[in-house]
Amino acid sequence: MDDMYRDYILDHYKNPRNFGELDGATHTYHDTNPLCGDEITMFLLVDDHDTVKDVRFTGRGCAISQASASILTEEVKGKSLEELRTIDREHVLQNLGITVSPARVKCALLSLKALKGSAWGLTEWPGEQSTGTGTA
Amino acid sequence: MTSMLPRTEVATLDVRTIRADFPVLSRKTASGKTVVYLDNAATSQKPRQVLDAMRTVYEEHNANIHRGVYEFSERTTAAFEGARERVARFINAPEPREVIFVRNATEGVNLVAYAWGRDNIKSGDRIVTSVLEHHSNFVPWQQLAAETGATIAVVGIDEDGRLDRDQLRAELRKGAKLLALTHTSNGLGTINPVREIVAEAKASGATVLVDAAQSVPHLPVDVADIGCDFLVFSGHKMLAPPGSGVVWGRASLLLKMRPFLYGGDMISRVAIDTTTWNELPWKFEAGTSAYVDAIGLGAAVDYLQGVGLEAIHRHELALTGYLLPKLLATDGVVVYGPKDLADRVGVVSFNIEGIHPHDVATIFDSEGVCVRAGHHCNQPLMNRLGTAATTRASFYLYNTFEECDALIAAIGTAKRVFKI
Ligand SMILES: Cc1ncc(COP(=O)(O)O)c(C=O)c1O
Repeated sequence: MDDMYRDYILDHYKNPRNFGELDGATHTYHDTNPLCGDEITMFLLVDDHDTVKDVRFTGRGCAISQASASILTEEVKGKSLEELRTIDREHVLQNLGITVSPARVKCALLSLKALKGSAWGLTEWPGEQSTGTGTA
Repeated sequence: MTSMLPRTEVATLDVRTIRADFPVLSRKTASGKTVVYLDNAATSQKPRQVLDAMRTVYEEHNANIHRGVYEFSERTTAAFEGARERVARFINAPEPREVIFVRNATEGVNLVAYAWGRDNIKSGDRIVTSVLEHHSNFVPWQQLAAETGATIAVVGIDEDGRLDRDQLRAELRKGAKLLALTHTSNGLGTINPVREIVAEAKASGATVLVDAAQSVPHLPVDVADIGCDFLVFSGHKMLAPPGSGVVWGRASLLLKMRPFLYGGDMISRVAIDTTTWNELPWKFEAGTSAYVDAIGLGAAVDYLQGVGLEAIHRHELALTGYLLPKLLATDGVVVYGPKDLADRVGVVSFNIEGIHPHDVATIFDSEGVCVRAGHHCNQPLMNRLGTAATTRASFYLYNTFEECDALIAAIGTAKRVFKI
C-alpha cells in the first residue's frame, strides 16, 4: 500500500505539471469524483489538424487523482485527437506505475475521464471499472 | 488496557471480555496487521450472540412468518415478534405495534416521506431540517418539497458544529409542517438536544421525525421522553445485521397513514377492486420481511442492554476524551466538530493538512487502521465546513485506548510518507 506513494507520485502531486487554466482552450471538461470530492478540469488547445497543441489542468483532491492528471497531461501534448483515443484505463494505470487499490481506481482515472470528456464528450467513456467498488 | 491510562478511564467497560464476543476483531489484514476498526459510524461489527441467534433460526426452525400453521412457522413468527417487543422496550415505545421493521434508516425516512408526507405536505408548507443531516434525512424531504411545492429551510451550525438553536426557533416561528432532524451527527458527533427541540417544534405545531441512526446504537434513547412523532434507525450500526432497520411512529399517526409498499402480508382482505389494509405494524411490512435480520436485531438489543447504554456512552466518551487532545496537539491536524466532551458522541472528524483524507485512509489501511474518508453522505455539512472531505474515526463499545494510539501513530506514518 505504501507503494502507492512513491516519490515521483508525491512529486507530481506537490508540483503538478501543466497545472493551471489554459487561455484560448478549444476544449474543456470538468468532472468530480463525488465520493471524495476530487475535481479535475482539463483544458485542451487543439489546432486545425486535430493536434493537441497545449494541455493544462486544474483540480484538487487526493494525491492519486492529481498525480495521475499531471502524468497524463505530459503524455497528451503533441498527440492527435485520434491518438488520444488509444489512451485507455489500462494505459493510464500502467503509466502511473503503481498498484492502485480497488477503492482508489476511480481517483486514478478521473483525469482520463476529464480528458475524454474534453475531447469528445463522455461518449468515449466506458466507466472506471467493470465492477462497482465505489459506494457512499 | 495499559497502566499508562488515567485511572478514571479504565474501569468503564470490560472491553477485553466484550472483544472476545466479536470474532472479526481478532482477524489480521492481508499484510498481517491487527485490525483497528474505527469505522463504527458506517457500520458495526457483530457479536457471536447475534450471529448465533440468526443461525439458530436457520438451523432449527426456519419457516416464513405469519403464514404457516405449523410449528416452525409459529416459532419463527414468535421470534420475529419477540424481536419487535424487545426493540419497543429498548426505545421505550408505548406499544410494540408502533415498531415497523424496514431495511435501514434510509428506508425508514422514505416510508415516512411517502406514507405520511404525500398526504400531509402541501404546496407552500415548510419543512425544516438541518445542515447536519445525513443525505438519508435530507434528499427524501428535498424531493418531497420539489414534488409538492413545499419549501425547505436548512438550519445551520456554529463553529463547533452545534445546531443554531436561534435560527431553528425562528424557522419554527414562521410555521413548519415538519421538522426532520438528526439526533446525533454522523459527521461531527454533535448531539442535538432533541427533547428540548422537539418540545419547541411540537409547540409550534410541527410533526417531528428524529433520525436516530447514530444515537440508538450509542446512547439511551427513549421515544416517549423525546416526544417526537417518528424515529428511525438502522440495525447494522448497532451490532445487528444489515437489513434490519426500524421506523417507530406514534400509533395515532401510523393508523391514519396510507401504506408505503403494497402487496402480500400488508393486506387484510383483497377483492378484485378493493383491498383493506392489515393492522399495525404489518400494514407497513409488505412482502416477506427480513425476519432473520430482525431476530438478529432483537439479539443485538439484548446484548447492548446487557452491557448498558450508559456505560457504552461513557466508554466512547472516555476514548474521545483520550483521542481529542492528542489530535489537537498534533501539528497539521485540524479537528472538526465539538472540541470538548459536552453533548457529543464518539465520532471524531479531522484532516491532516497537505494530505487528502483518501490518501490518509489508504495509508492508515496499510497499518490496519480502518477509518472513513470522504463526505460521509454529508455534502451540505462539508460545504459548511469548507472542505470536500474529512477523515473520520468513530468508536464503539469494543474499541480501546491502544487503538487510539494506533491511530495517532498512523498519522505520523502518513506525514512521513508525504514528507510533511
Ligand atoms: C445519521 C444517519 N442517518 C441515516 C443513515 C443511513 O443509514 P442506512 O445507510 O443504514 O440507511 C446514516 C448512515 O450512515 C446516518 O449516519
